[in-house]
Amino acid sequence: MTTKVMTFYGTSVGKKVVMAVTGFIVFGFVTVHMLGNLQIFLGPEKLNAYARFLKGTGAFLWAFRGVLLLSAVLHILSATQVTLQSWAARPEGYAVRRYRETTYAARTMRWGGPIIGVFVVYHLLHFTTGQLHPSAPHFDGTDVYNNVVHGFQVPWTSAVYLLAVLMVALHLYHGVWSMLQTMGAAHPRYNRWRRFLAAAFALLVGCGMAAVPVAVLAGWVRPV
Amino acid sequence: MMLDGKVPEGPIEQKWDQHRFRLKLINPANKRKYRILVVGSGLAGASAAASLAELGYAVDCFFFQDSPRRAHSIAAQGGINAAKNYPNDGDSIWRLFHDTVKGGDYRAREANVYRLAQVSNAIIDQCVAQGVPFAREYGGTLENRSFGGAQVSRTFYARGQTGQQLLLGAYSALMRQVAAGRVRLHKRCEMLDLVVVEGRARGIVTRDLITGKIERHAGDAVVLGTGGYGNVFYLSTNAKGCNVTAIWRAHRRGAFFANPCFTQIHPTCIPVTGDHQSKLTLMSESLRNDGRIWVPKNKGDTRPPSQIPEAERDYFLERRYPAFGNLVPRDVASRAAKAVCDEGRGVGPGGLGVYLDFAEALERLGRPVIEERYGNLFHMYKKITAEDPYREPMRIYPASHYTMGGLWVDYNLMSNLPGLFVIGEANFSDHGANRLGASALMQGLADGYFVLPYTIGDYLATAGKSKVDVDHAEFAAAEEQARGRITKLLGIRGERSPDSFHKQLGKLVWNHCGMGRNDAGLRRALEEIPKIRDEFWRNLRVTGTADTLNQTLEKATRVADFLEFAELLVRDALHREESCGGHFREEHQTEDGEAKRDDERFAYVAAWEFKGDGAVPDMHKEPLRFDYVKPAQRSYK
Amino acid sequence: MNFTLKVWRQAGPEAPGRLVTYPADDISPDTSFLEMLDIVNERLIAKNEEPIAFDHDCREGICGMCGAVVNGYAHGHERGTTLCQLHMRSFRDGATIYIEPFRAKAFPVIRDLVVDRSAFDAIITAGGYISIRTGAAPEANAIPVPKENAERAMDAAACIGCGACVASCPNASAMLFTSAKLAHLGLLPQGQPERFERVRTMVSAMEQAGFGSCTNHGECEAACPKEVSMDFIARMNLDLIRASLKHR
Repeated sequence: MTTKVMTFYGTSVGKKVVMAVTGFIVFGFVTVHMLGNLQIFLGPEKLNAYARFLKGTGAFLWAFRGVLLLSAVLHILSATQVTLQSWAARPEGYAVRRYRETTYAARTMRWGGPIIGVFVVYHLLHFTTGQLHPSAPHFDGTDVYNNVVHGFQVPWTSAVYLLAVLMVALHLYHGVWSMLQTMGAAHPRYNRWRRFLAAAFALLVGCGMAAVPVAVLAGWVRPV
Repeated sequence: MMLDGKVPEGPIEQKWDQHRFRLKLINPANKRKYRILVVGSGLAGASAAASLAELGYAVDCFFFQDSPRRAHSIAAQGGINAAKNYPNDGDSIWRLFHDTVKGGDYRAREANVYRLAQVSNAIIDQCVAQGVPFAREYGGTLENRSFGGAQVSRTFYARGQTGQQLLLGAYSALMRQVAAGRVRLHKRCEMLDLVVVEGRARGIVTRDLITGKIERHAGDAVVLGTGGYGNVFYLSTNAKGCNVTAIWRAHRRGAFFANPCFTQIHPTCIPVTGDHQSKLTLMSESLRNDGRIWVPKNKGDTRPPSQIPEAERDYFLERRYPAFGNLVPRDVASRAAKAVCDEGRGVGPGGLGVYLDFAEALERLGRPVIEERYGNLFHMYKKITAEDPYREPMRIYPASHYTMGGLWVDYNLMSNLPGLFVIGEANFSDHGANRLGASALMQGLADGYFVLPYTIGDYLATAGKSKVDVDHAEFAAAEEQARGRITKLLGIRGERSPDSFHKQLGKLVWNHCGMGRNDAGLRRALEEIPKIRDEFWRNLRVTGTADTLNQTLEKATRVADFLEFAELLVRDALHREESCGGHFREEHQTEDGEAKRDDERFAYVAAWEFKGDGAVPDMHKEPLRFDYVKPAQRSYK
Repeated sequence: MNFTLKVWRQAGPEAPGRLVTYPADDISPDTSFLEMLDIVNERLIAKNEEPIAFDHDCREGICGMCGAVVNGYAHGHERGTTLCQLHMRSFRDGATIYIEPFRAKAFPVIRDLVVDRSAFDAIITAGGYISIRTGAAPEANAIPVPKENAERAMDAAACIGCGACVASCPNASAMLFTSAKLAHLGLLPQGQPERFERVRTMVSAMEQAGFGSCTNHGECEAACPKEVSMDFIARMNLDLIRASLKHR
């Protein structure tokens, strides 16, 4: 069994399947995260209660974080491996290169990924542990609502977040379509819907994520 | 000398079965001790190499392209014939046999043709099992269409890419044997000479086209599946690389060249547009199923086709041949097109073209049906001409396409040189003086899959094992000569490129030994060819060196052989004072312009023996007997 | 028409290469791209220079021998077209045209525009066939094939093995080529017995040859002269997953 898995992983298709599955897990998390975020529009009590609920799950939270971390590591590992393979596959490039079919999203996967990775670290230090939060070193992890609002009231921080959201949306767009292709979810009759599905999903998650900083900057959501 | 085709005795339908029974066999364990050199990887070469390796022989396969899948068989469009009689329209082995002998204008060996018809059905079975995606009916069974020279639908096809699909099938069978370690491939490797030791073909000398390395290869038998010589005309539907070198070199080593003047001019090709043109593109014969061929009734009518009313159009094939209409055999259709153009009724630039019109079919069947049947051909036509055949008729004109002549072989496909087997288009084969559409693929695969694998065993068993080393003096001599020729070509340092000589030769041969031939023209060509050849050896310029990839040098070696071969082609055409099939001597025609055969004097195969440079070759005859299909003037009326 | 060509010249596999500028003047719009190169080569020979080496054979878009990257596009800018079927009338008069070989580690340059595509043969050798002995075939109509499957198999089988998919892929991946052959055989009933073993061996050979991975850009499909669909790649992926889950 182990050899079978390793043989499969040994192919670029195997690595891509790992990338697709782990990507699916992370995207699932991102979607839930986005829905959680939107509770900010229901007021501070709701959001803070949701945060308390999450933290109260204890071991489950850590298990979840573990799965997420493992997924991210595998995602990055497989992505790095196939990228290196592809770079090695064309040692000498073209003097003139033009594209017809590929999208901006597809071509930015490779530097979009690392940027998102760096952003996630910043994001954790910003809102989860608080070292990079404006209220540091007196960051209070229990008042999520005010943390978010204060955090986003700094314009450049919001700008960074919006940029990151854009990267995530692009990554999602190509990622979802790519995942369907990699997992072999193709059927002549439905294929034209795959791109549409990916675009709709990316747009929804992107808008949901962007809504919070935009609302704070616009003054629709205020500190209490 | 009278040649013996070694046709077995007995009734024609039993000849092959009885012959197979009489053939000697080689013990399976001993087969791997025999090495067979197969030159060419087209339908014939690849199918032979694969089948021989499967039987256990050690096989080497040589080809000048980068992969066996590139061989020119890949370009065959229309289909492959077989006597399956799936449409229930009265086909049978006998009818396919009859049609082929008649289509060949009674210049083929009856027994060979019958065998071809016999094995035709097994070919379809074999190809289907290999995964060739033939066209299907809705019920899942195989579909057929009609082709020229037949009144039944017996042609199997895979869109307009039948040759490609059949070749990919043979190629996959070959690669399976490569994986099994029984075939060694020699890519980008061109045969420069045949090595004959003690009267037997025992090896070849090749040039690695990348490194320029000249190599010797020894074997127990040599199989040539190197295609035809249609590129002698320079402009033809053949691929640019197709050449006569392998069979010409074998001819120089003693193999007889049979019926070189039987060349096929295909009626439906895209006309020449200018001097820049490097090749002509065929539009499949299958188009004649639904397309109607016409020219204006009046000379010099330059109106666009849509403005010429029905009454002023001459559907000349339908008019002259009401029974077969647009589906007359190729030689007949080509000559008829030439005749109307000669009358000044041709269309398009230079007046060398006739219309192939789909308006009626589009109306009758609708565009989707036409698209499904011929989509890729219409697309190709539009690419080349920038005209849309859905809206205006195609313009077509005949072009050199296939050569029925080739090295002489007996019933066992062995040439007069023991150990030299010739298969596919390279041999003089089963098509007589004219090949019917969709029969080339059938013959190539018949030879490779179902005939050669049996007959070669008999030769090897009879000849026995005797090891010949590449250090033998004959190998050294052949290599020395090949090397000398290359050095000589590089050393001329004249002014003109190989292509310029090829074009000059092509034009001359086309004008005097093309669709119409006459005594004066042929004699003129016989005078001119040596002059071109002389200038070639005085004034050729080959740039570069011999030890790298040098495409100019490759062309030069091939053109040098065409320049020698062309003379034999013309000589054969001059000697054959009759018209038959693709060989049309203007002096010999009926009152209404049909080919007039002379069975009294010319019912034989003319097999030429090389007698040395500058010497007149000797002709040997193999008399043709027709016991089953009585020769008559071919009528498609 | 007049053009300026910038052509990759490289004397041999190990030699360094560079783009060299050549004029291509007085070219008829009806010439094909390769005929244009013929003309340029004839002029080079006249000047006693070595002509540009390029692969070609049938010149009717089926043998798969020709191919170069022209102005950044494999086989040039027209869709569904091989280089030999591209005509000069589709270029702007006076245009500068960059001509480079197909580039991939698995396709080493032999000379100028000529590359070695043996890696494709290696992929086919690994399993691109149905194992059937000559003469062992059942009656052709004994195996009915639904028309729809036969047509789809033919769509995949139309691949000419030119390598434009690899050349145009940002990752130099050979997935379209490999998947087309797998789909051709895998869609037919005859191809079923070896279907899953075939996908394993062919994908493995593809990886060993040094091709890149597929990241679903779709450039291969856009460059393919036979417009082979990348849906076949999805099919191959699924087959490989299924093959890996199967008990051996």
